[in-house]
Amino acid sequence: MPGVVESSGSELESLKRGDEATFVSLIQRYHGPMLRLAMAYIRDHHIAEDVVQEAWLTAIRSLDRFEGRSSLKTWIFGIVINLARARRRKESRLLTFTALLRREDPDRREPTVDPSRFTAAGDWRAVPHQWENIPEETLLGREAMQRVQAAIEKLPPKHREVIVLRDVAELDAGPVSELLGISAENQRVRLHRARAAVRKALEDYLG
Amino acid sequence: MKCREVVELMTDYLEGALTAPDRERFEQHIVGCDGCRAYLQQLRLTLRAMRSVEGVPIPDRVQTELVRAFRNWRSASR
Ligand SMILES: [Zn+2]
Repeated sequence: MPGVVESSGSELESLKRGDEATFVSLIQRYHGPMLRLAMAYIRDHHIAEDVVQEAWLTAIRSLDRFEGRSSLKTWIFGIVINLARARRRKESRLLTFTALLRREDPDRREPTVDPSRFTAAGDWRAVPHQWENIPEETLLGREAMQRVQAAIEKLPPKHREVIVLRDVAELDAGPVSELLGISAENQRVRLHRARAAVRKALEDYLG
Repeated sequence: MKCREVVELMTDYLEGALTAPDRERFEQHIVGCDGCRAYLQQLRLTLRAMRSVEGVPIPDRVQTELVRAFRNWRSASR
């Protein structure tokens, strides 16, 4: 489990001891994923940056009381979620009426692949392309990354928070269910729909 | 199992959430189906792409401020 390795008990101990190198390593390593997580709730880049900074200040203030029941990473990302949600609530007056009307059930299982790609019997009409031979520079290149990010930004918020926590920040399933207060099954449904949407965006680009 | 159903089980499969018999049927299908095998590989590469979304470096100003806060906490708790 990557989360456990990355924020091992000894890292928490060094931090509590006041080891500055550990602190700097953490804020540098987690800054990207924390920012992406904040931006799952808040569009404005500057406000999201503020939230990340506030999360670290909150973490420092609460460090003495943190007992390490969850991993350090889970704890800090949880702080980001709480602050970002509070910030969004404050600004949700700006939510347009149409956005409210568009709200749909994030936990419904529905086809994630265009039904027209299957025959009436349910087999592929044309098989998806092999991506194995696509060069790394294309698959992980700037254009592909922009498509991935744009696809994530377009997701409904409840799908976006799950995919950012799982696939961008690389937290494990257990902590994510706990952080979001959702069942393992609902998490999988949201994750599935979100991943399928990102895959589709990449397919539109890669073929 | 039909391809149309198999694609909807892929996250459950990757998450290790399928029951043993479902897992076996799923894997049997994948072995014999080029389309679903390619789709599963696409999903795996999609995950890889998401993990490589470029990290945003922490702005110097923010790092300086946070380190100062950390030092303050350290000296206050001594
Ligand atoms: Zn198939």
